[in-house]
Amino acid sequence: MTFDEKYFDLGRMDRLSYQETWVHRLDPRTKVIATMLFLITVISFPKYEVVALAPFFLFPVLVMTIGEIPVRFIMKKVLVVSPFVIFIGIFNPLLDTGTAIIISGIPISAGWFSFLSILLKFFLTISAALLLIATTSFPGVCHALRRLGVPSLIISQLFFLYRYLFVLMEEAMRIIRARDMRAFDRRGTDIKVFARLVGTLFLRTVDRAERIYYAMLARGFQGDIPTLKKSHMTATDFAFLATTIALICVFRFFPFTEEIGRTVQGLFI
Amino acid sequence: MHMADALLSPAVGTTLWAGSAAVAGYASKKLKRDIDDRMIPLMGVLGAFIFAAQMINFTIPGTGSSGHLGGGMILAIILGPHAAFLVMASILTVQSLFFADGGLLALGCNIWNLGFYPCYFIYPFIYKPWVGDSKSPGRILLASVVCVVLALQLGAFSVVLQTLLSGKSELPFGTFVLLMQPIHLAIGCVEGVVTAAIINYVRSVRPEILESMAASRPLGAALSLKKIMVTLVALVVLTGGVLSWFASTHPDGLEWAIEKVTGQSELSEPEQGIVPTLKGIQEWTAFLPDYSFKPGDVEPQKEAASPTWPGIEAGTSVSGIIGAAIVLGMIILIAMGIRCIRRRDT
Repeated sequence: MTFDEKYFDLGRMDRLSYQETWVHRLDPRTKVIATMLFLITVISFPKYEVVALAPFFLFPVLVMTIGEIPVRFIMKKVLVVSPFVIFIGIFNPLLDTGTAIIISGIPISAGWFSFLSILLKFFLTISAALLLIATTSFPGVCHALRRLGVPSLIISQLFFLYRYLFVLMEEAMRIIRARDMRAFDRRGTDIKVFARLVGTLFLRTVDRAERIYYAMLARGFQGDIPTLKKSHMTATDFAFLATTIALICVFRFFPFTEEIGRTVQGLFI
Repeated sequence: MHMADALLSPAVGTTLWAGSAAVAGYASKKLKRDIDDRMIPLMGVLGAFIFAAQMINFTIPGTGSSGHLGGGMILAIILGPHAAFLVMASILTVQSLFFADGGLLALGCNIWNLGFYPCYFIYPFIYKPWVGDSKSPGRILLASVVCVVLALQLGAFSVVLQTLLSGKSELPFGTFVLLMQPIHLAIGCVEGVVTAAIINYVRSVRPEILESMAASRPLGAALSLKKIMVTLVALVVLTGGVLSWFASTHPDGLEWAIEKVTGQSELSEPEQGIVPTLKGIQEWTAFLPDYSFKPGDVEPQKEAASPTWPGIEAGTSVSGIIGAAIVLGMIILIAMGIRCIRRRDT
């Protein structure tokens, strides 16, 4: 991904969270808790489990449709980060060669199952994290974490980082454009120039932080960032959380997929 | 380099989360008491700075490929361990949420791997005693390269350990180590040079900035070795406890990892590709000689191990596949149904 793309992607994620759908209106805490439960459950499946993961796709698919999140955008973001997992996972079929099942004469090794399992878990966990941001917004997640007991210093860290990310990225973008326009045939992109560019960016950043600090002092900053938007857990939130937990438990402890398959098999064969 | 959710088991993920959360709590407690409010915006803005700087790439001499700044060590040098750890943690949080680097469960691992080692281990015990108040660029360069390399090696090694303990990947310990460590050695060298170049540049242009930051830093930044050791030992005991409990309920977790580490069979390895080559290097360098990789010792173990593979009968798995297809079909139908209803409404 080029710099510009990464920057616009960040902005797009941010804008997605401004929408007003049913999912967006849920209390941020509800979504944070539900997402964490979902993640832990998905990860807790044993390494060869493939089939039982299928019902869990309900969660991202529902959030994407009700929350009106573009499917392609999320898919693309998942694909971009997939190389590491694929690289580590592809060794499973190569090393774990014990035959698991034979389908119409072709033996399929156990490694393929664990690889497929890793891929499914990867998709489920990554999309869950992206959807949390796309439906809750970063400040929303921060406030939720604050109210769930994370120290305020860490939360103000996150706020500042997020707020100035866009400012500094634009500054870096201008620097890169200026350099690229002057750097023909890769001349001028070596470490020495890089260190000066980044050093300058650093000095500007420090000065900016000082100005920010004085501006904040003038507005009564006392080490904490309050929120204007007071959110509280409503009956909808509790209903949502209860349904999610119930579904997660059913899908985790009851061989849901296999039962359906067996029933259908019994009906037709 | 970022650890991923899909490769983690819940036990490893939550243990590392607990570890990182404990360190973050400790750091914020320390900072809250010792620093002035001035540092709070500075830390946040510097986090954004690292982010922006990571996106500027440069050409690595001799190779033509490009690299970028990693961040942990330079933050520790500028801000001191506590603040640097918190900034690193918030950078990784934003990365995991917006760019899906790693994932939310793996965030604990990533904060530990990329934040704890440079900030609380390498910086106080190697960089600080080595460089101290020295202003010599040569010394800063050498110290930065060594420190960044060490921090990255520790981080990469942790990724290997976390993956193996989770038991989701089939990669044997030796191969995995040989894949991870050399790559990160190269990355570490380049990053060390870059880190030193930036520090030296800032020092030469506006020396007062780094000094004033060092002055506003909490005095207690020098950590006692004893405290660190006690924390580490406590963490090891905790990890061991959690993992052994996990291993007793799920035999395919820790035991599997130990089996792989102590006796990965050479029989199952393919005879072509990268594995035999790495095996050659492995035998030649005799890395971790205690662990036997020789085929003779492990043959009986493999024999014993293979029948333990969870026996799936053909009948069950066929109905499983049918079931999965139906479930996925239903999910897609539900989604399409919602879309249809909504379109009719509008």
